[in-house]
Amino acid sequence: MAVREIQTPLDETTIRSLRVGDEVFLSGILVTARDVAHKFMVEKKPAFLRPLLRGAALYHCGPVMRKERGRWKAVSAGPTTSIREEPYTADVIQNYRVRAIVGKGGMGPRTLEACRRFGAVYLHAVGGAAVTLAQRVVHVREVHMLEEFGMPEACWVFEVDNFPAVVTMDAAGASLHAEIAARSHTALERFLGRAIR
Amino acid sequence: MKNLQETFTELLRRAATDLPADVESAIERALREERRGTAAHSALTIVLQNTAAAREASAPLCQDTGTHTWYVYLPDGHPTEEIRKAIRGATAQATRKSYLRPNQMESLSGVNSGDNLGAGHPVIHFVPWKKPGLHADVLLKGGGCENCSTQYSLPDQRLGAGRDLAGVRACLLDAVHRAQGRGCAPGILGVAVGGDRAVGYRAAKEQFFRPLHDVNPDPQLAGLEADVLSCANRLGVGPMGFGGRTTLLGVKATRLHRLPASFFVTVAYMCWACRRASVTVAGKDVRFSQTALAGRP
Repeated sequence: MAVREIQTPLDETTIRSLRVGDEVFLSGILVTARDVAHKFMVEKKPAFLRPLLRGAALYHCGPVMRKERGRWKAVSAGPTTSIREEPYTADVIQNYRVRAIVGKGGMGPRTLEACRRFGAVYLHAVGGAAVTLAQRVVHVREVHMLEEFGMPEACWVFEVDNFPAVVTMDAAGASLHAEIAARSHTALERFLGRAIR
Repeated sequence: MKNLQETFTELLRRAATDLPADVESAIERALREERRGTAAHSALTIVLQNTAAAREASAPLCQDTGTHTWYVYLPDGHPTEEIRKAIRGATAQATRKSYLRPNQMESLSGVNSGDNLGAGHPVIHFVPWKKPGLHADVLLKGGGCENCSTQYSLPDQRLGAGRDLAGVRACLLDAVHRAQGRGCAPGILGVAVGGDRAVGYRAAKEQFFRPLHDVNPDPQLAGLEADVLSCANRLGVGPMGFGGRTTLLGVKATRLHRLPASFFVTVAYMCWACRRASVTVAGKDVRFSQTALAGRP
């Protein structure tokens, strides 16, 4: 397990060198997208997101934002559960060339396969640590679809500095979530004294 | 009336931004258990930094400010409409002040109400009591952990769980395993044994008002709570599901009667950000605390 600093635009070589269990500090562009935005990205294929997302990191997050003296500020911006975006993420990685997906709880086999094929990783941020993570947002560059989707669902373009996360799915096809689930399943069977399918 | 709304706005601010002391010390204990240099240790360190930062900035410690469940104790016969109005007014006001995220959307259209008010929200329970004043407890519970809550019907063939204490234990450990880190572990289990499906969930959620360090006066349930906590922490799921020694911070259980035909075990999963706050109002005297009346065994 290593500690790595990474910076957007993320290149394929860097991404492929990351391994499950590595702690990373990400700097650069983080674009928020949750349920409504994912449906939008896959069904409407908006052109304006393409240059923003290429080599960038996508963040599963519905932040609390506040306007102070005409400028947006992230108040609370922790990760939301990623698995809801499983039906969309493989397409998003392929079509928009996103290099990192940041969220919580991990994702499924289709996303893992897309990470392997196109060179992307899943980064697990600390769920609930919304203020500490919002403090890593040094600048809110822009926001898209705010009127249409509302504050939590809009696409906020954050510039972040040393945003902490753990690699839990890597581009070599390994998933920490699968490892932990298998190990804890064995422990569960031991506690219950029987095999559980 | 206006004052009561201000009081409830302050109560919501406290609930959303100030993690209760018992939960914070449980996380501090958990941090001491984890090995340095692990992802689990880093995660809990960030959680504690966040708790301090949220308190300092008066900002929501998690951006998902959740479903709000209120228990309001008031004299028998006291009109409830003004209280309901004050709570709804406070909810909108706290949202405007960014203590809460606009967090309620119309289910089918997806339109956000913008002020946290909506059909069925906030959830308000009134409880008559013999004292002259008023007491309110509020709990904020986010969606990530709510999605991990589950209900079993015993007997359960998959788990080999019968209609007894061992069967209940099997359900609880299975629920923790199935949640993995997805409910923002280390979490807290609120458990109801018995009841119908609806009452089971209500009673299971009420358990989150109990301080983590209390001991269940029902010796059988106290034993269950301790046993499940200890086993769950040896599953190896760990903070955020990164692996590690702390998967749960607490288990709180209650029991209800049931129909002969049904045996439900309801497991409500709460993330580490177990946000609750209380206030007692007697005339001009307003006292905020972290001591809830709801859920007391």
